Amino acid sequence: MLIDVHAHFLHDRTPRADWRERNASRLRAGDRVGITVHVASILGSWGHTSPTYFPSLADCRYGNDFLLAIQRDYPARIRGYVTVNPNYTAESLSEIGRCLDAGMVGIKLAASRRADDPLLDPVCRAAAERRVPILHHIWQHRRRDYSGQEASDARELAELARRHPSVNFLLAHIGGGGDWLHSLPVLRDLPNILVDLSGSGVDGGMLEACLEAVGVERLLWGCDLTIETGWAKLRYLEHLLSADEIELVRWGNAARIFPTGAFPAD
Amino acid sequence: MRIDVNSFVGSYPFRRVPGTSAEALLAAMDRTGIDAAWVTHLPGFFWKDPAEGNAWLLGTTRQHPRLRPVPAIHPGFVGWEAALAAAVEAGAPAVRCDPTFYGIDPTGAPLRSLAAACGASGIPLALAVRLEDGRQRHPNDRAEELPPWAVRALVRSDRALRLLVTHADRPFIEEVHFGSTPDEAARIWWDISWIWGPPEDHLQTLLRTIGAERFVFGTGQPLRLPENGGAKLDLLDLGPGERDAIESGNAMMLQA
Repeated sequence: MLIDVHAHFLHDRTPRADWRERNASRLRAGDRVGITVHVASILGSWGHTSPTYFPSLADCRYGNDFLLAIQRDYPARIRGYVTVNPNYTAESLSEIGRCLDAGMVGIKLAASRRADDPLLDPVCRAAAERRVPILHHIWQHRRRDYSGQEASDARELAELARRHPSVNFLLAHIGGGGDWLHSLPVLRDLPNILVDLSGSGVDGGMLEACLEAVGVERLLWGCDLTIETGWAKLRYLEHLLSADEIELVRWGNAARIFPTGAFPAD
Repeated sequence: MRIDVNSFVGSYPFRRVPGTSAEALLAAMDRTGIDAAWVTHLPGFFWKDPAEGNAWLLGTTRQHPRLRPVPAIHPGFVGWEAALAAAVEAGAPAVRCDPTFYGIDPTGAPLRSLAAACGASGIPLALAVRLEDGRQRHPNDRAEELPPWAVRALVRSDRALRLLVTHADRPFIEEVHFGSTPDEAARIWWDISWIWGPPEDHLQTLLRTIGAERFVFGTGQPLRLPENGGAKLDLLDLGPGERDAIESGNAMMLQA
């Protein structure tokens, strides 16, 4: 079994005219790689009617509904994170309940509000209550603010994780840009943060550093926007790890943090 | 047959990178099915005169026939013509110049002189757009990335010049390719190391719009995992002969 913990899909109200082709390409490439389940999110309208990282309530809802529809179309292959904008607290909690009840298995927080902001606490309490993990977008070593997102780095996610020790957090795309070398030391003593290995970066030494910092039990395999880099990292890990350890990265660690029954073999 | 036109030996100054020795590179090549690699002396990238690493590179590659040297040339230093002649004499498949890393004008008179000399010698000139993602570079690693306009200017500067450009992404490649005449574009080869695969399918798109004959297999190892090149190819829908062309045929044409 192979679980991609960081996938995305597009829909008809995004700026991309080729959204169908991109969705089909993800599934086709997933077949070749052997991905059993894509755990995906849709960030609102991807900038069409509200900013990708600051999605409106209407766009969150449309994207989540679209993802639920894909999940129904591919019941064995696709699972969803419910995407919310925590600046709208009550609506976010309602949306989380609605989408988890409909079969989603996690919560996606992008970059609408800094990770250590108290406004995220109600979302985390909902995650704890429903026993689902939170995938949090991360800019590895945020040295300043960037337009278009209120990005967070590992230190800010760590603050949130300390306040909510019963919630599992996925630190998004360690290979997704920014400086992973600054993120990893922050995570050593925080067992409720797991490292999502996705991202276009395939830096030599990065996977060894991840293993050294958090151990194999806290690594989750994923792709995000580049499936070939996910596959490359998996191939390299097969060289680094034992057969039992590679199974943890492929699916075992994910199965441990997502709700029971989230995946076919559960 | 698989040839990696974009690999390095020697230590990297800005972070710890495993596997930088020639022996480690060969082991990684064995692991990933790479038969031969065109290699650059990585520390020299950051030296005032990068050609000072060429003697070590030539000596090392003589000991390991699967490694082919790509010596570095700094055209701002007196005597660079001798370094170029030595590279040709040694049978190097290409020489390289990375002007933004050397701190020189990427289209200035020295670069144009080197371009003309490479054209006259029949040896390709290799340039890297970048080595690492700009968002993760060391605060003191401030060299500009190679701009696309520099590649366009260089290929126009000499009608016999052939360029190998590594670490370029899709927008860069498209800007240069479609900003050049067919004759100019036919004298540029691109390595696939920085081009995205599915679901964005940048490489698949470029193979359709530009043609497989312009692309060569490259990894950027050991700064990047060499597994990425093979994974990328395994996810492509390729016509007959296209995979062989990308993996080795085009590189063999380029070096001849």
